[in-house]
Order: sequence, then structure tokens, then C-alpha cells
Amino acid sequence: MASNAAAVAAPRPLGVRAPVVQGLATMYLGFVVLLPLAALVWRSSREGRHGFWQAVSAPEAVAALKLTLVAAVVVAAINAVMGTVLAWVLVRDRFVGRGVVNALIDLPFALPTIVAGLTLVALYGPRSPVGISAAYTRGAVVLALLFVTLPFVVRTVQPTLLELDREMEEAAASLGAGRLTVFRRIVLPNLVPAILSGVALAYARAIGEFGSVVLITGNLPFKTEVSSVYIYGQIQSGAPGTAAAVSVLLLSISLGVLLLIGAVRRWAWRHDVG
Amino acid sequence: MARYALRFAGLSYLAVLLVAPVGLVFWRTFEHGLAPVWHAVTTHDARHAFWLTILIALIAVPANTVFGVGLALAIVRRRFPGKGLVNAVVDLPLALSPVVVGLALLLLYGRLGWFGPFFERHGIHVVFALPSMILATIFVSLPFVVREVVPVLREIGTEQEQAASTLGASSLQTLVRITLPAIRWAIAYGVVLTTARCLGEFGAVSVVSGHLVGRTETATLYVQDQFEGFDLTGAYAASVLLALIAIATLVAMNAFRPKEATR
Amino acid sequence: MSIVVREISKSFGEFAALRDVSLEVPTGSLTALLGPSGSGKSTLLRVIAGLERPDTGGVSIAEEDVTAEAPQRRGVGFVFQHYAAFKHMTVYENVAFGLRIRHRPRTEIRERVGELLRLVQLEGFAERYPAQLSGGQRQRMGLARALAVDPKVLLLDEPFGALDARVRKELRAWLRRLHDETHTTTVIVTHDQEEAMEVADRIALMNEGRIEQVGTPRDLYERPGNEFVMSFVGPVNRVGDAYIRPHDLELCSEPNGSTQEAMVERLVHLGFEVRVELVRDDGTRLSAQVTREEAAALELDVGQIVYVRAVRQTTFTS
Repeated sequence: MASNAAAVAAPRPLGVRAPVVQGLATMYLGFVVLLPLAALVWRSSREGRHGFWQAVSAPEAVAALKLTLVAAVVVAAINAVMGTVLAWVLVRDRFVGRGVVNALIDLPFALPTIVAGLTLVALYGPRSPVGISAAYTRGAVVLALLFVTLPFVVRTVQPTLLELDREMEEAAASLGAGRLTVFRRIVLPNLVPAILSGVALAYARAIGEFGSVVLITGNLPFKTEVSSVYIYGQIQSGAPGTAAAVSVLLLSISLGVLLLIGAVRRWAWRHDVG
Repeated sequence: MARYALRFAGLSYLAVLLVAPVGLVFWRTFEHGLAPVWHAVTTHDARHAFWLTILIALIAVPANTVFGVGLALAIVRRRFPGKGLVNAVVDLPLALSPVVVGLALLLLYGRLGWFGPFFERHGIHVVFALPSMILATIFVSLPFVVREVVPVLREIGTEQEQAASTLGASSLQTLVRITLPAIRWAIAYGVVLTTARCLGEFGAVSVVSGHLVGRTETATLYVQDQFEGFDLTGAYAASVLLALIAIATLVAMNAFRPKEATR
Repeated sequence: MSIVVREISKSFGEFAALRDVSLEVPTGSLTALLGPSGSGKSTLLRVIAGLERPDTGGVSIAEEDVTAEAPQRRGVGFVFQHYAAFKHMTVYENVAFGLRIRHRPRTEIRERVGELLRLVQLEGFAERYPAQLSGGQRQRMGLARALAVDPKVLLLDEPFGALDARVRKELRAWLRRLHDETHTTTVIVTHDQEEAMEVADRIALMNEGRIEQVGTPRDLYERPGNEFVMSFVGPVNRVGDAYIRPHDLELCSEPNGSTQEAMVERLVHLGFEVRVELVRDDGTRLSAQVTREEAAALELDVGQIVYVRAVRQTTFTS
């Protein structure tokens, strides 16, 4: 039985073994992310259910949230179409400067959001050189959100499109399917998980966007004020309780979208294997 | 025909949304030559703002790189209770409004927060000072290294690590000589993304910094203040500098990405 | 440097990969662990290497109990099915890895690696990266890497499984020659009975986590201990309780006492040999193997009636 005891004592082989790694890493995550969020949730619940409800149902808060969610839906829909088009153009089309265009897609990721907002004001603001002033309108909100969410759908659809088996399309064509039919019946169904996943990421990002909208929208309550700007205003005017309540609501919506992304990914993965 | 229509649609969209606005700011900035731009970005406040941004990145990027690799190793190579939660929490900063992040930090370290009184008693300024700005930046830029390293770790599998161990390498030797070199491009890519996010952070820092000109004002906050103070030259010049950094980031991203694909 | 495996059991969740397995691998032998996929052969090899921890039982290498040792300290050379090449290192660095870990002097490393690259016929490839090698070359590099540290035992996990048929055959013969030169105690895992027969001097046949039989290739073929061994090692016909090898079926053109009638359904010409697929009146199918000359003498053709007799047959009492 000596060998039994020895077997139990044997170290688990492979890779970095020390539990220190996961311990430290998890603690870091807890300290950086979870602890502040716990404080946020705690603060939002301090005034009870009634206080929470009052904060999130204030007319200005409701207007801001409505605008945020609706604008995000519009942005997600436009992204679904234009993101897929751009991914298609980048993967299947050949033209001079394609590499530059491909690199350009990531610009909104790399560009600070406040700079993005500034560039939009310069072109589409009150002193627009092309005479289109979108400033202080809800259109400006959508414009800013489109700018910052541009890469999401493109970057999730692109790899899927690259890996898509061309033989599948050739098979469909050999069976007599026209080009539109091939796209609609063969290509699109294979892209749907990637599109949905990209749209969800764009939606989550749009809900929380702040930097790119502050300059161009004018932050007019009941008109162009989105939720994150409303929260910012509440913090500045010394109402952290209200800010916390609306934040928790926004956080829950983001979490829901995040879970949805996870579900879409799992579904797509099953789709791939099965 | 359909091909040209799609190409036209896609490229026009990019032009209207992205290229024209960014291009205009560049043109406006350099309209009157280099001298005013140089002057605008070398004022005391501008220099301090950029220095502060770089300082914060110098702390946040290494921290998120080291712990990001650690988190990725934990997520891919280990089984432990709560792993699903860790995996989900890592993504959280991507889906959170930066303003909410800032508020959460205020409520934790601020005067009325959980730890506020403790720091106040010891005379340590966290909120409206550098520490909270660093924490905010670390929070928002945390996922990038993890997200880039995780799939690569999964893909390379454990065989090379096992081979190293049968050849006599210890855990640490395997990590340093096998695992880290195998994921080095993913780490590099993640570091580039993290850096870009750190340099561009605005919302969370805006909440916790207090916008004290020349003290807690980062480059992005400086852009906003100049714009709102009607110093368009200053705002444009600082923006262009930030945009140039962003473009450098793009170049770096494109340099790192294809290498990963061929490996 | 013998290997002794004592009463090893190992489960992955509900699945019992190894059930109370004991095995001795004599010093200097080349032993094959043969079996269908899922029979536990790779798990057993990984337990010997220390890459899996057994639930119960123990492992000794060179008379030393290594059950509690990490793989680093067992002194084994392990060759992986998918090469496990260190992709960021050159061929030279791959082979030198184990020596560098051991902090051997640089001149010694250079000499040893050069010697090994000659042995595996990769002299000109030292500065290449694994991505620039063919599968066969990568596996030879994997072998050189495993041999570099002078392992007490060499363990190969389906080493040729990912290669195409021709390269596989070449490497098989080459491995045998290598073993005849070095005499390192070697265990090779394979699911290919032909490979095991050709390369090994001992075979341990595994099935469902157990060892069914251990012996020389000839033992297993000629004196199988049970139905599983009989049918796994070489083709076999089953008639009632009896097992008959295809070459133990004699074909005659005329009935002759003990013969039975059958119709030729298909003829497969395999160079020197001809495989004759037969079907009997009651629908049972038989496969016979005859030489080209015999086939010609019988003037075999599809649809023809022949008379079959078993020269030798095996029955197992259970």
C-alpha cells in the first residue's frame, strides 16, 4: 500500500503548477474589478427599494435611458448591415489600398473617444465646413456611437468569412443556386452567429459610451442626454445615490448583453461542431 | 456589378464616418503650419497632461500584462472553484460604462466610501489624485491581454509543456522557455491594445480625477478642457498628437497580428 | 533499465482507462503497447512517464520506485504523436533543450546535438524551424530531442500515427535499426498491429483498460490466449466457435470428404497473394488467402464453386 500513498503524493505534472498563480490573479481581479462594483451596488441599495425606484424612475433618468437603449438598437442594426458589408469587401474583394482600409477599421479602437468626439464636431458640428450640422441632435448621438462601434461586427465577421469553406458555395452553385441564393442560403446562415456576437458587443459598448458623445450632443436633458452623461451629471451635482442606482441598472443591462454574447458563442460553437 | 456596389457602399461609409472627420482635424490643425501646433502642445499644462497620461500607462500596462498573463494561465490551464465567475468578470470592463467605473471607485475610495475614511485619516489622497486615476485606468484596460492570450494558450495545448517536463524542465523553466515564448505575440498584441486603451481613457478618469488643471489632468481631459474653453488650436493639436499615437498603435497591431496567424 | 508497472488503475471521471494493469518491460527490449483506441495504451505510457498520475498502483524504472516523482526527474525520453515541437526554437535548440536545462557545457552540447542530428539524418537542418520540416523530419527531431538527455527509457506515443503510409513504413524500419544500435529500453504505443509486429520484439495487447496478452509477435499470432487477441492480431474467419486464419483455408476444385462447398464472390490480387472472398450456401462469408500459383492452378473466377477445408483452426473454451 506504500505505492498508493506515493501515488496520492505525486505532484500534478504540467505547466505552471503553483496555485500561487491563480490565487494572485484572482485576487487582483477581485481588487481591481469586483470590490469597486460591490461598493457601487451597496451604495445603490442604501436608500432601499423605494429610493432605488425613485432614482431610476425620475423623468430625466428615464428619458436618458430610453434614448440610450433606442440609439444603441439603431446603431446595432446599422452595424449589422454595414459591418457585414465591410467584412465582405475586406475578405472577398480585391482593390488597391485594401490593406490600409483593413488597418483603418481598428482606428476607433485606438483613437481616444474624446478625440473621436472632437473630430465629429469638427466635421458635423455647428461650424461644419460641409454645412451639415448634426450637433445637439439625437442624430449626433447615433453618429458618435457608430464611430466608436465600427470595428466590432467587422472584426467578428471577418475571420468567420475567411474560414468559410469556399467548397460549400461551389457545391451550392453546382447544384444550380444563383449568387444571391448562395449568399442568402449558404453564406449568411454561417455568418449569423458572428454577426450576432459582434452586434451584441457593439450594443454593450454603445450603452455605456461617454467620451465620444459629450462634445457633439450638447448633453441636453430630455433631448440628447444619454445615461452615462446623466450619471456623470448626477455625480457632479452631488447626488451619488441617484448616480449609483442608474449605474446599477445600466450595469445589469450590460451584464445581460454579456451573458447573451456568451450564449451566442456557445450556440455558434455547437453549430460548428455538430 | 454587385461587387462594385458593395465596395462603394463600404468605402463610402468609412469615408463619411471615419476618414473625413479625422482628416479634417488633421487639416485644421496644420492649416497654419507647424509652429502654432508645436506651441500648443508644449505649454506647461499640455506637457503635464501628456506626462501624466504616460505615467499612468507606465504603471497600468505592466500591471495588466503580468496579471493578465497570470489570469489567462489560470483560466486555460487550471481547474478551480469559481473559474466560470473569473472568466465572466474578466470581460466585465468591456461592457461597462467608464463613468460607472469611475463612480464605483469614488464610492469605494471617496470621502463617503468604504475605504475613504481610512485613507483620509492617514492623509493619503486616492480620489481626485493619481492613485484613483491609475486604478480607473487599470480597471478599464484589464481584459485586453487576457483576451488575446487565452485563445492562443488553448490552441498551443499542453503537449509542448509536457515535452519540456519529460526533458527535465521545472515548472518555472517550462513557463519561461516554452509557454511565454509561444504566447509572446499574443502578449505583444494585448499590450498594444492595453496601451491604446490606457492612453485614451477618458470617462472613468474624468469622474475620479476632479479635472485639476496642471495636476490631475490627463491628455484626454486636456482636450476636453481646451475645447470647452474655446482654445480650438490647443484641443486640435493635442487631439492630433493622440491620434498619431493611435495610428502608431494601428501600425503595431498590424505588425503583430499576421505573425500570430502563421504560427 | 527495466520498467515495472504494478497494479495501476486510472479513471477519468466515470471512464476507467486502466484497470489493475501490471507489466514488466525487460531491459533493452522494444515493447509495443498495442490495442484499439480507448484501450488505455496511451494512458499507460503517460503514467510511466509521469504525465498522468495513477489512482492506485506504482511504477519503477531501473529498479527505482518513481511513482511519486515528477516527469522531470524520471529520466524518460518521450516522443509525442503530434511531435510537440518547440515551434519558436530551431531544430538545434529543440534537440539541445534538455541539455541546456541541465546546464551542460556548451562544447559538450554542440557535440552531442551534432551526433544526434547525424543519427536521425537531420545534419543539414540544424538552423531550420519546425514549421520548415516535413512530418517525418519533425518526428525524427522529436526522437533526437528525447534521446539527447540519455534517457533510461524511451517512450513513444503513436509516433508515426500522423504520418502518411510510406513515411510511416520507412520510419518504422529506421526505428528498429536505431534500437538495434542503441539498445535503449523502448516502449511504443500503436493501434496498428502490422506496425507492432514489424518493429517490436514484445507486444502487450490491451483492451478496455486491461492487458489481454503479453508475448513475442509470433506468440500472439500463433498462440493467442483468447478471442480478442486472435481477432485483433491478423485477419480471421469465424465459423461457429472456431477461428480460422485466411491462409489456413485450403481450396480444392473437387469435393473431398471434409470439404464444404462455397462460391467465389470476389477476387483481390495483392501481388504475390490472392485474397478470395467466398460465400457459403447458408450465407456465411469466408476469406481465404492463396498464392498466385494456387489461384492459377484452380483457375479461380467469380461465380465459381470451390470446396473449402480448414487446415488449422482454433477454438477457445470460455
